[in-house]
Amino acid sequence: MTSTWAWLVLLFPLLGSLTIGLTFKTLPDRAAGLIGIGAIVAAFVCGILAVIGLQGEPSESRHIASSLWEYAAVGDFKINLGIYVDPLSLFMVLVVTGVSSLIHIYSFSYMKSDQGYHRFFGYLNFFVFSMLVLVLAGNFIVLIVGWALVGFASYALISYWYRRSTATKAGMKAFVINVIGDIGLYVAAILIFKSIGSVDYGTVFEKAPEVFSTNSWEIVAICLCLLVGAFAKSAQMPFHTWLADAMEGPTPVSSLIHAATMVTAGVYLIARCHTLFELAPTAADVAAFVGLATLLIAGTIAIAVTDLKRIIAYSTMSQIGYMFVGVGIGAYSASMFHLMTHAFFKALLFMAAGSIISAMANMQDIDKMKGFRKAMPFTAVMLIIGSLALSGFPVMSGWFSKDEIIDFAHFRGGMYDWMWVGMLIGAFMTAIYSFRVIFRILPGPACEEAQYLIDKGHVIHGEPLNPATGEHEDTEVGYPGEEHHIAEQAGGMKFAMAVLGLLSIIAGVLQIPGVDDVVTKFLEPTFENSIFAHMEPTTSQAWLGLTEGGIISILGIAAAWLLYIKRPDLPLKFRQRFKAIHTLCVNKWYGDEIIDFLIVNPAKAIGRFCNGVFERGVINGATAGVAGLTRSAGAAVRDLQTGMLRSYAVLMLFGILAIVVYFLIRSI
Amino acid sequence: MDIEWFLILSALLFTIGFIGVLVRRNPVVILLCLELMLSAGALAFISFSRMLGNQDGQVFVLVVLVVAACEVVVGLGLVVAMFRRRLPLDVDEMKELKG
Repeated sequence: MTSTWAWLVLLFPLLGSLTIGLTFKTLPDRAAGLIGIGAIVAAFVCGILAVIGLQGEPSESRHIASSLWEYAAVGDFKINLGIYVDPLSLFMVLVVTGVSSLIHIYSFSYMKSDQGYHRFFGYLNFFVFSMLVLVLAGNFIVLIVGWALVGFASYALISYWYRRSTATKAGMKAFVINVIGDIGLYVAAILIFKSIGSVDYGTVFEKAPEVFSTNSWEIVAICLCLLVGAFAKSAQMPFHTWLADAMEGPTPVSSLIHAATMVTAGVYLIARCHTLFELAPTAADVAAFVGLATLLIAGTIAIAVTDLKRIIAYSTMSQIGYMFVGVGIGAYSASMFHLMTHAFFKALLFMAAGSIISAMANMQDIDKMKGFRKAMPFTAVMLIIGSLALSGFPVMSGWFSKDEIIDFAHFRGGMYDWMWVGMLIGAFMTAIYSFRVIFRILPGPACEEAQYLIDKGHVIHGEPLNPATGEHEDTEVGYPGEEHHIAEQAGGMKFAMAVLGLLSIIAGVLQIPGVDDVVTKFLEPTFENSIFAHMEPTTSQAWLGLTEGGIISILGIAAAWLLYIKRPDLPLKFRQRFKAIHTLCVNKWYGDEIIDFLIVNPAKAIGRFCNGVFERGVINGATAGVAGLTRSAGAAVRDLQTGMLRSYAVLMLFGILAIVVYFLIRSI
Repeated sequence: MDIEWFLILSALLFTIGFIGVLVRRNPVVILLCLELMLSAGALAFISFSRMLGNQDGQVFVLVVLVVAACEVVVGLGLVVAMFRRRLPLDVDEMKELKG
């Protein structure tokens, strides 16, 4: 029964996507939105029913593999189109479908005047389907299918406004980097099959401890290949550059795909394969260190850049960095918990940002935004709630989840103490950059757009400009509509944000140390064979960690207040004093340039070489050579054709004569 | 009478025709010389037929005569066509097919 519900979870978004995709020409105005919302809500309900079904099982049998048919068969090797239902996958299903439902409801209003309304919901439903395939996959092959499908859905939605050159380029970049990750995953799957002879989760995780000795090179190689996939999908260093550009997509897309769900797939992958990573502690440490580096670097970039959506994007990278550290050091349930709360407050932050960007007529520069506290009180409150949760303010959801990861690093001790310190610095930066946004755009005298909203009661109509380049845009399909919608005036947006705001505040009660630990208990059947399963800080240690985290967060907010309200001249002074550091951060640590230098330009040089030498020299040379040979052979025999009738007669006669003479001689 | 004389006459006729084809430039004369060569062939056939005492050679001669008639029809047709288009009646001038 449980597996039936899980199959239905997959079915509804697929049906929704197909219905919208096949009938969009005949659909009435808002039907696509309603179908989209209906499909995802139905999937969410099925997800809840699946959880109820699974909880009815005894703890040790809470994993169900179910398959519909054979997906591929090569000799004895068979791959089933199978799903694997266990607490971890259902946890992801609930997060994905729950947040997706709210974001669909938000988009219903937000995208109202976009000409590609139906297309948007078709893509969005397709994304949710792909993501659910990814989390429910029962073997590595189906996982790869889902993994590649979300990459495509992400590409389609980043490039959704296809008249924008920056958007199409960002889509390509995201796609290419994600495909590199896919290759890592393919190689990992091949290596797993080679060593274990199966790709089914159940078999692989059962046999892995017998087949591999701890830290043997095979298992480390497999885990590193898995990590390539995880890093690329989750925008961790050095594959992080696509995420900031992905902000070219519509804001609900940033909210759903590039904050709440798809980018957390890497975390899910490591948590899913924790058995393998525990056999390869080196690879797990690599994951944790890369996560730490990403969270610190992304934090510094988020403090420096001024594009509202990109600030939140870097914050996403940074928070996913925390999750990577978490799964790297073995704090699985804490990471999954942080994944969930992060989905709530980051989706909320993006929604609030979308509302503000709408009010700014698509401008995204926080330097130009001022005084939105009065102009958009509801959005302002939601932005503050989201930022409080993000910076881990006490009793907000982010406080419980993030500090649980941080505390676990301290609990592991040794070299992980350095990670503990790094993550505390990261938490401090998180508070600064979240409240930098708040202090820059909410208080103060209203800017032109905000004042217009206060006076006239509706959103200003700006020139259709590309927020990234400032170029004029043509106003056909494939361009954000001229009408903009803000939460204050759209019920759907308001509802979605209110629900997420509430969840951002109270989701922490799920996991109060020593009180309930709902998430840990729910996920226990998945992680029970983990070597870290029963290693957890005592309640008092956990509360000590929470206190530290709370203090750091309050200090960070205070620092932001000092920098951006009390002494607004200080940031400028810092910028002048430490010009080099500021340039480094504003230019995103030159990540794009380094990748251009190391990979893109050499690849282009190889392309030019192939074009110049191989294509023109070898291939063109061969074809032109054959043609030239034929031509010169023709020229050689051409002189025989004189056109002189009498010379032909001579040739013919002597020719025949020669033949006759030959036969005469032979006959003698 | 020995067969040699017939064959020598045939060879003589053939050579005359052949030289005529080579040295003359008027297409009508070339056609005449061709006929001479065909006749030389026919004479040789008849000679062998007489020597061997059967009629096979004579049958061949009849075929050769028919072919010769057809050939003359085509050749003279070409000559008439050249004449109508006021082309010079000179095979050396007609060499557009030079490669």
